[in-house]
This record gives sequence, structure tokens and C-alpha cells, in this order.
Amino acid sequence: MRNTVKLSLHFPDAPARPGDKPDFSYLQIPEAGRVRRPDPTTPAADMRELAYDLIRVLDAEHRAVGPWDPHLAPETLRRALKFMMTDRIFEDRMFRAQRQGKTSFFLRGLGEEAIAIAHAMALENSDMCFTSYRQQGLLIARGCPIVNMMNQAYGNAADKQHGVQMPLHYSYPEYGYFAMSGNLATQVSQAVGWAMASAYRGDDKIAVAFIGEGATAEGDFHAGILFASVYRAPVIISISNNQWAISTFQTVAGGEQTTFAARGVGVGLPALRVDGNDFLASYAAVQWAAERARANLGATVIEFVTYRGHAHSSSDDPARYRPADDFAAWPLGDPVVRLKQHLIGLGEWSDEQHEAFEAQATEEIRAQQVQAESIGTLTAGKHPDPATLFENVFEELDWRHALQRRELEG
Amino acid sequence: MPSMNMVQALNSALDVMLARDPNVLTFGQDIGYFGGVFRVTDGLQKKHGKNRCFDTPICELGIVGVGIGMAVNGLRPVLEIQFADYIYPAYDQLVSEAARIRYRSVGDYIAPITVRSPYGGGIFGGETHSQSPEALFTHVAGLMTVIPSTPYDAKGLLISAIESNDPVMFFEPKRIYNGPFDGHHERPAVPWSQHPASEVPEGYYTVPLGKAAKVREGEAVTLLCYGTMVHVARAAVEESGIDGEILDLRTLVPLDLEAVVESVKKTGRCVIVHEATETSGYGGELVALVQKHCFYHLEAPIERVCGYDTPYPHGFEWEYFIGPARVVAAMRRVLEI
Repeated sequence: MRNTVKLSLHFPDAPARPGDKPDFSYLQIPEAGRVRRPDPTTPAADMRELAYDLIRVLDAEHRAVGPWDPHLAPETLRRALKFMMTDRIFEDRMFRAQRQGKTSFFLRGLGEEAIAIAHAMALENSDMCFTSYRQQGLLIARGCPIVNMMNQAYGNAADKQHGVQMPLHYSYPEYGYFAMSGNLATQVSQAVGWAMASAYRGDDKIAVAFIGEGATAEGDFHAGILFASVYRAPVIISISNNQWAISTFQTVAGGEQTTFAARGVGVGLPALRVDGNDFLASYAAVQWAAERARANLGATVIEFVTYRGHAHSSSDDPARYRPADDFAAWPLGDPVVRLKQHLIGLGEWSDEQHEAFEAQATEEIRAQQVQAESIGTLTAGKHPDPATLFENVFEELDWRHALQRRELEG
Repeated sequence: MPSMNMVQALNSALDVMLARDPNVLTFGQDIGYFGGVFRVTDGLQKKHGKNRCFDTPICELGIVGVGIGMAVNGLRPVLEIQFADYIYPAYDQLVSEAARIRYRSVGDYIAPITVRSPYGGGIFGGETHSQSPEALFTHVAGLMTVIPSTPYDAKGLLISAIESNDPVMFFEPKRIYNGPFDGHHERPAVPWSQHPASEVPEGYYTVPLGKAAKVREGEAVTLLCYGTMVHVARAAVEESGIDGEILDLRTLVPLDLEAVVESVKKTGRCVIVHEATETSGYGGELVALVQKHCFYHLEAPIERVCGYDTPYPHGFEWEYFIGPARVVAAMRRVLEI
């Protein structure tokens, strides 16, 4: 047999680059309310199509429709909206603080706020979250004082991590927030192991691993979902598909020929694909997966389809690789606006209330920033004693650390 | 006291700890039903149940990543990597995660895993079943590295490793699982039962981490070694008649610097022996420490006897594997100066 054509490679790209008109024609968006909601006890093999669909609750008029509507009380929805707004204001201020030279690094989850807040509200605080970069809202919704998060970003004398870790690599057992790693995907198998330990002890807690679509290419992701499936670990694997891994479009991570949710199908896990900018759909999906895990039926993979509204980080300039108005043209909209409009439609919120809360939250965050900066920023004020940098390598200092500390102290 | 080979002693350590602490469990490839390719976990699943001893997919990074997550959640997993040569897929989980979780969280979270893995040559394992990768781990801040050389130490050190609140790399010299090999491959194999360190208590005991063992007292030269090379060094001393002092380091991190310095100051000469390739090997670290702490006591340059800087060559097992002759030659070099 002879080749009929000359062999060549395929290089996926983004549909639009700087100067182009944004193009999201690749995204198939079904009507809200159309996707079925199987009972959470359904065998994975009987609901594989969910990995290729898109669960949506909020329709074009911002009404909640269909079987995935979690029927949350208006007060719960208002709390969600306030958490999302607070998160957005906080991240914006800290990003600007980085630009002012007050810290080394920061990043925002603009446009992705609904995902972390949905997890925080659909789960218990004792359910352990192994996060990646854009889940700062989890801490806010679980009650972490924002001033503490600022102290961490500044590595000042009040930073509970003693200034050893980069900004937003938080560690908070009391809010079910594992010590975040900057290495991609390592948290997935760890979350699975944490959940396996819970099941090993007959405990009632579950775990979540957050990962971006780009990092699903790492071996740790595949190892994690395989172990989760093999041992039926009570864990949720939440993939935030925000379309971009720094400058690399999701097609290069393998999103062109299939979905990221479908990775779960390959190892026999139930997998949901959800409109991640729809708070109600996101909440419902997490709740469904949690119910399944708590019924000892094991893990679920959820792909949240969303958009990275801001730069990858303070070290990145997206104007160099995507159209400037990309986020504005994103067809799944802005999660804050959508939830706001939904609440207004219910008669449970108004533009005036929205503006008033925004002003109030901004003022509160500003006050906390003043408080944090009165202790210190990365470049000024009070910092932890440098001698503490030798602590916690091991449980006890060994002779090397004793000698090196003496050298540091002069 | 029962006589055990190293496999039985390691099995006994796991058995004791599984019975003693409900947070201890062990998993890895082929270690459950089958009992491990080297039989270290033989019978443990049957005795302690699948929850405590189970098989995993062929996925080292998953084994270690899952183990870390369990350890963070209060368990003490003992993870078997079937051969040290297979550990590299898990390297990121060990170096970037296990080693740093205590540090980055300032003690909020700890990862007290024990990673057991057979290492070293002398079994015709070629390039993928003979490596000695310990220096890849001793270089990493936050990991402890332990290598036993006898059944007694293997059991006591493994129990200490499991009880440690820090992650421990536990490399097992597979050439001496069944007997104390001295490098004389042409002679009949010697079983552990003829060695005093094969007398192993059945119950719980520990050998502390961070303490070297003086295997032989001597005045002429200090031999720093670990694993199989302890037995090779002993043969070298006995066959040459050189009055060598043999230190079995047992723990590379944290190193028993005091024992090393005391011995070299006494003898004034030092030969380091390890199976791992020479360049950037652990011996280089020992050379640096000895020259720093014993410089004015040294009578001769420090010598290293190490694996040649090549991949492990299958067909040249006994040309490559360090035997007593190479150690004797090194001792003579430092003594003739």
C-alpha cells in the first residue's frame, strides 16, 4: 500500500489573534435547560453524552430553566453574587498593588469567579480543595479575612506563611484550602489521595482538585483521574477550561477533537461539561458530583467552560497573542452580570443595590489594604525574621540549617 | 531471636507497623495479592486486608502523588517503587511536593510518606534495574534518604522512617536482600543466617535516623560507605590486612557528620565507596565535608571509589560492579602518600 498524500502535521491554533475579530464559532452553545439531569446514582456508562454537551441553567433572559436549576433561595443567590463581586474587587486591587511595586506577582480570575464560589457554597468547609491559580474566591466565600490574604501577598510580618511562598499560594487548613503549589497538576493525584484517606477511615469528607485545561496535559492529571476511578475516591476533578494557558489556546491542550470532560470518560468516570459562567449551572454540577461522592459512588470530572478575562498573571501581556476585545465578545458572558440580571429578574436585587454593594465592598477592601500595608508590603515595612527561613524544611532543624542560619545572621 | 534475611526483616517491619498503627498502609505495583516482585510484602494483604496493602496501576507519579495526599490527610503511607530505576516519573511529586509541603505551608500540612525502592547493581539488571539514584534525592532540601546494609538495620530504620514526620526515601540494596554480598561473584552466595546482623527481633524496635554505624574499628584509613558497599569494604579490609575503619552511614540525609569527622580525624585518611556514578555523586558531598571539617588532620587526598560514569552495562556486570580489589587499590593509594 502506498501513501495517497504526502504526510504532514497538524498544528492547532487560536481562531483569532491580535488585530482579528474575536471568533468563538468553535463553541457549540445549546439552549439553557436542554441537557438532562440523570440521578447522581446513575452508572457512568449510561450518561457519557454529558461529557460532550454543555449544562446551562440561565437562559438568554437570565431566567433559571431546566432540570439542573438548583432552586436556591434568593438570599443564597445574593450571597453568591456578593462573594463574586468581592473576589473581583479584591483581585483587581491587588493586581494594581503589584503594578505599584508592592508585591512581586499577582493574578486575577476575572470572568471565572462563579466556579470557585459555586464550589465553596455547594460543599462543606471541611471538604478539602486542592486549588490551582484562579480559586481565590474559595477563601473569600469560606470566610478568610481578606487582610490575611493581602498579608500573604506582601509577605509581611503578619503573613502566616512567614514570607516563604509567592503571592496567592495560600495555605489554610481551617478553610479547607491545601497549600497551593506552583507546579501544574501535581494537586490532582494529591486530592485523590486525600479523598482516598477519607474513605480509608470511613470519614464523610470529600476533596476537590482544581486544574486548568492546559495543565490536563500533564501526567499527574491522567494518573489522578485513573486512581480516582480505580479506587472510587470521593473526589471532584474540576477543570476550568478558560481557553488559554498563557498564550497557548486550548486546542493545543487537546481541546479541538474532543472535550476536556471527555478525559473522564476514558477512565470510566462520570463527566459533566458545564457553562462555567452560569453560577446556577456550576453550583448544580458541583452539588451533583458531591452527592455522588457522598453516596460512595466515587469521583466525577467536571469541565467548566469559561474564559480567562485577564492576563495569565502580572508577568503576562495578552495583547500580544489575542484580540483585545476577546473577553467582551465571549458568548457565555460575564458570570457577575448574569447572576445580577437573574436576581433583578426575580425582583430580589436592583442596579442601585448592586452599585451600593460595590461601593461598600470596595471601601471595606480598601480599608483592609491600608491595614495590611501598615504592617508592610514586599518592599517596605515589617517582615518575618529571616532566620525563620530555615524552619519547616524538616520537623527539626538539622546541623546544616543550624550552621547556615549562623552564617545568615553573621 | 529469629534469623531473617533483609526481605523478611523489611516484611516484619511493615507487619509490625500495620498492626501497631491504623494510619499505616502500603501500596505499589504487584505488592498486594502477589506480595511484591522481591516478596517484601508477602502475606501482608492476606493478614491486614486490602485497605492496608493493595496493588496500584503502573504509575509511579500516581503512587507518590496519591501517597502525599493521604499523608496530608493524616495517614502514613509506605509506597513501593518496584525498582529505583522507575522512580523518575514520580520525581516532580517527590522534589516539588513531598519535600516542600511542610515548608510552603509553614507546618500546616506535612507529608510523612516513606518511599521504599530496591536499588543498586550486582544482579545483571542492566541499565534499568541497577541504578543508584540516591544523590538525586540527597540534593533536595526536605527529603531524608536512608539506605540499610543489614536485616537488623533494615527493619529498625524502616520503622523509624515510617514514624518520621518527614518524607523518607528508603533505598534497599537489592543485591543483599538474601545475603551479605562482598563483591566476590565467583564464590558461592552466603546466606544472611551466617551473619550476626541477621538476628532480628520479631517485635517493634527502631534504629534512629541520622546515626552512622561503626562496622569495624581501625586506625589506618576511614572507609565511608553504605548499602552493599559496606560488605565490599569489609572484604577489602579483611583481604588486604589494612587496618581500615568502616563507617556505614545508614542515613545520607541527615548525615551523621559527627561520626564521619571523628573517624577521619583519627585515621587522617578517607576513602569513600558507593555504587552510584562518580560525578556529582554523594561521595562528592562527603569529600567536601571531610575537607572542610578535617582538613588539618588529613594525611592524603580523599579517594572515591564509585560507579564509572556510564549507564549500567548489562554484559559487563563484574567489570562495572565495585569489588574489594578497587577498594583495596584506593586504600593503598591514600596510604602510600
